[in-house]
Amino acid sequence: MKCSDFLQELTNYLDGVLDENTKTELENHLSWCHNCYVVCDTTKKTIQIYRDSLPYELPDDLRSRLRSAIMTKCQQHKKRGPQSV
Amino acid sequence: MSAIENKVVAPPVTEELALVQAAKRGDDSAFEELVRRYDRNVFRIAQHITQNREDAEDVVQEAFLKAYGNLAQFQEQSKFYTWLVRIAVNEALMKLRRRKPERTVSLDEEIKTEDDSLPREIADWSPNPEQLYNQSELREILSKTIQGLPPGFRTVFVLRDVEGLSTEETASALELSVPAVKSRLLRARLQLRERLGRYFQKRESGDGNQ
Repeated sequence: MKCSDFLQELTNYLDGVLDENTKTELENHLSWCHNCYVVCDTTKKTIQIYRDSLPYELPDDLRSRLRSAIMTKCQQHKKRGPQSV
Repeated sequence: MSAIENKVVAPPVTEELALVQAAKRGDDSAFEELVRRYDRNVFRIAQHITQNREDAEDVVQEAFLKAYGNLAQFQEQSKFYTWLVRIAVNEALMKLRRRKPERTVSLDEEIKTEDDSLPREIADWSPNPEQLYNQSELREILSKTIQGLPPGFRTVFVLRDVEGLSTEETASALELSVPAVKSRLLRARLQLRERLGRYFQKRESGDGNQ
């Protein structure tokens, strides 16, 4: 496996959807190619950091305000009939 | 090295479907339950795409209102959440177009060819890169970094890797093919990796961080 082949399979590898043969070839490549190992490891960390951080949380007060605005508008829509959205 | 553990678990489809069916029959409390279930996800997706809090709040309202008004058209063989995400992504992209009319904003925007996917920077990172910064610095870095991605890449990354949708669900929500989602995801991941590397690279000893 060449570095470019490794890169093509990286997303499938990280997502755990590779067939056994390709996975073995890829892991064999990673065992001796330091650059690809670093790319794989740091890409994995990139995903994990974004997944763990979730920087955009919806605060509770805003959340209830939005929900009540949504439900009020839904009820207005119901009264006016289906053409209004 | 094992596959990344996916912590976002979708609720059982059957329960969701029962709520959708009740809402279709006019039960507003069932619809309100759907809002409760997904408002946080829609907000996060919208904020990632628009990078603007007011716009994200508008998107949450508009997306749910649109879903409510078009509930009769929802085909029950797909998941309500995927359908809702599609509506929310479209609303968010419309906001972005209004705000940045000088830039074409589309999920189909042309993406550079194969050569740019080979990473240029191969420097290793610190063992615990997130500990190099405090919480607010880290958020700032992550937010600034993801903003640098084209909206088409950003959206795929957010749906797949932050929100935990499957490749197929992401393809369906964005009306893209599975190979298109995979290719954008790879490029988004590699670009983010490279950009984050500027902050997270292994530092020489003596800087107090090792």
